[in-house]
Amino acid sequence: MSETKHRQLTIKVFRYDPRTPEVAPRMQAFQVEEAEGMTLFIALNEIRETMDPGLNFDFVCRAGVCGSCGMLINGRPGLACRTLTKNLGREITLAPLPGFELIADLSVNTGKWMRAMSERLETWIHASQEETDLAQLEERMEPDLAEAIYQLDRCIECGCCVAACGTAQMRKDFVGAVGLNKVARFRLDPRDRRSDDDYFDLIGDDDGVFGCMSLLGCHDVCPKNLPLQTQIAFLRRKMTVSGLKPAGKRKR
Amino acid sequence: MRIDYTDVLVIGGGLAGLRAGLAAKRRGQDVIILSLVPPKRSHSAAAMGGMQASLANVIKGSGDNEDVHFADTVRGGDWGADQEVVRVFVDTAPKAVRELSAWGVPWTRVHKGDRETVINGQRFVITEREEAHGLISQRNFGGTSLWRACYVSDGTGHAMLYAISDQTIAANIPVRERVEALALIHDAGRCYGAVIRDLISGELSAYVAKATVIATGGAGRLYRVTTNAVINEGIGAAIALETGRAALGNMEAIQFHPTALFPSGILITEGCRGDGGILRDVDNYRFMPDYEPEKKELASRDVVSRHMLEHIQNGKGVKSRLGQHLWLDITLLGRAHIERHLQEVREICRHFLDIDPSKDPIPVMPAQHYTMGGVRTNLLGESPGLKGLFAVGEASCWDLHGFNRLGGNSVAETVVAGMIVGEFIADFCQKPKSDLNIPTSLIHEFLKREQARIDALLGGGDEDANRLRTRMQEVMTEKVGIFRTGIQLAAAVEELQSLLLKSRNIGVRNKSRGANPELATAYRVQKMLKLALCVACGALARTESRGAHFRYDFPRRDDVQWLRRTLATWSSESDTLPTLVYEPLDVMRMELPPGWRGYGAKDYVPHPDAARRTAEIEVARSRLTGADRFELQKALMPYDHLLPPHLRARNRRIEGTVT
Repeated sequence: MSETKHRQLTIKVFRYDPRTPEVAPRMQAFQVEEAEGMTLFIALNEIRETMDPGLNFDFVCRAGVCGSCGMLINGRPGLACRTLTKNLGREITLAPLPGFELIADLSVNTGKWMRAMSERLETWIHASQEETDLAQLEERMEPDLAEAIYQLDRCIECGCCVAACGTAQMRKDFVGAVGLNKVARFRLDPRDRRSDDDYFDLIGDDDGVFGCMSLLGCHDVCPKNLPLQTQIAFLRRKMTVSGLKPAGKRKR
Repeated sequence: MRIDYTDVLVIGGGLAGLRAGLAAKRRGQDVIILSLVPPKRSHSAAAMGGMQASLANVIKGSGDNEDVHFADTVRGGDWGADQEVVRVFVDTAPKAVRELSAWGVPWTRVHKGDRETVINGQRFVITEREEAHGLISQRNFGGTSLWRACYVSDGTGHAMLYAISDQTIAANIPVRERVEALALIHDAGRCYGAVIRDLISGELSAYVAKATVIATGGAGRLYRVTTNAVINEGIGAAIALETGRAALGNMEAIQFHPTALFPSGILITEGCRGDGGILRDVDNYRFMPDYEPEKKELASRDVVSRHMLEHIQNGKGVKSRLGQHLWLDITLLGRAHIERHLQEVREICRHFLDIDPSKDPIPVMPAQHYTMGGVRTNLLGESPGLKGLFAVGEASCWDLHGFNRLGGNSVAETVVAGMIVGEFIADFCQKPKSDLNIPTSLIHEFLKREQARIDALLGGGDEDANRLRTRMQEVMTEKVGIFRTGIQLAAAVEELQSLLLKSRNIGVRNKSRGANPELATAYRVQKMLKLALCVACGALARTESRGAHFRYDFPRRDDVQWLRRTLATWSSESDTLPTLVYEPLDVMRMELPPGWRGYGAKDYVPHPDAARRTAEIEVARSRLTGADRFELQKALMPYDHLLPPHLRARNRRIEGTVT
């Protein structure tokens, strides 16, 4: 086995703690020796353990499934845990996702944003009856439909789509592709009894589906490759149909 | 300092905590859930392959029912489990899957007609029944006699967690995110809530509650190589231990998953092998049938992990710069199957290794995966030592899993325990004698104590928290791993003790009182070392091999000496070792007396009561000839009365009505 010479990486990290506003935001550079299979998760932990114990960032699963570690990697939103340094240049710039409350350094409060979005869009099944008889056979569903729902259900609420969205940077109440995708997901699910007119009430304005400028940053950066572009376009057509009805004629 | 009051305080926002909180809330209790991270980021999301529930919809699950699931689970746990708990669990699991279905989980469904599948390395065509079309599908998993794991592609935990988390939002249950419980408030054997630290502001506050629920998951981060998320540090179990009242059960029972990605330890689901994937060695040879002719790759996880290491010790590992590994080969499943049913595996392989699992084998090695032990509870989910303290999910030792958990039973346990224990928590809160009667001076005393501990860490000793943590993880991985010996374990105990002493002299370099990861590591490592000592001491004392606990120097299961549960307590803050006592398991009350598991070692020391109990069961069987399975079961170990009333109905299946 030959000893390969590892690259010396320069990782520039955005530093700011809103609780100490007297220390101005700044970029801080760290030198890290690259290792085989190194991810940004490994690199950032190495920085914290050996260079700066006060560096804040968020990782949970470190396997690309929990959505905690969204950040700007060389300016582009992505999941840091599954980003291999070997696919990046020698200089790497890391910054927190814009559009969310900054906790400190690379850590942002996506959880708070997502809960508010869920409450607003009521992102749960609105069933026709409250109680299901749990001893009976489950309600049937076409296998292809279940799979189509799962494809939209795979969203991990990482916030990358919001960070990449032009509208979200201008309208703080915009529900983002993450919110619109949720509506698309429940709309597809026959267990949810809400109608398009109900959904129109939730997203039939400029903070909802009509706020989207079709720049499609969301679609480009989604780590789960969700079909955001088609879902938003489809929803917009459906919501337009609802919106064209006189207000009194919409079903409740 | 601020004090909040509630009926139920749930510590942990994963599946178990959320579901228990929902159950209590539906019974009219005020519930607050605390979580280190946004709940949807909990480690529950990482459960991939499936949830065990005997729905028997697929043809390969035909004949499945509670009885079969019960026997698989008891055998899987090598007879360490509480069989009454197993019974209430297997009975409720189908209801839990169906409830989740009603709440929107997009379970993968059965398609009627022919489909191609891979079994034991061969392609077969199986035909799904017309009447099963559109019902929830099941896949094969290790240690089960039938296909029972209900699944959502390979994102089962994610889909479950999102559905249940959204239900808690619908139920308007407040979740306090980015907070951490530092200590339980208790007095005279009664738990009153917890002292909490806000991980953003660093402020301490108290939550006072009638019922406090530990739902913080496992302690995988005691080890260097683990599939667990970075937040799985076992702090919930540790703060229970630190009361000196609550006991931890069977902490030495640690599961190692056979197929963690090498070298990062990221989980590659058992669904890969369930769907037909096989293990290969350096010569590309499929070795498992040589070791395990019965179940091959699909023996229980403890058995497969041991054979993998054994095979490497026999010189058949694949050598790489970072150590040795073996191959998991799923190429034979075909691209279409992988893209539909194993898409997370595909993503992980692509992002972390730049490989395509439909063409390339996946490098794997066993890694720590699951903590069978935890806060010891009775069937009600309550700690016998500390009233008002409950535990659910991986943080608990309800004792569903015994000494080895079956794949798909943990994600099932989270929701099932949540459903069942959540009801008992509500019952507890409704009793007048559970009313709170606690002086605020006591709460302030606990708050002050925790503040003083934080101040001490900020004030500064000279030990480095990160270094202690790293050394602890190395000791655990090297000396308290899959293969254990008395000599190694004794060395581990000694070093962990010295690390614990050092941890009392940690000083942090970063003096921030707010978001300060080093400070959090400092107080956590003090707690983790106590847990690590519970694991190592329990393993050293247990001079037998049972389930995942394997001793080279005592390779046989010994039912005479060791058919009992380890209970660890931490009597005094100045102690450096846990106090171990043992809780015997009563063979004469078992529905399934101890025997051979059907895979793994056939050699064990039988319990003297086992033959007597088996004979008793035979008599009951012959007396009840012609009776249905429910009557027979009832004669052996009745459990209906143990379930909350609304969960007692018999599960229906397409096969027959209720049989």
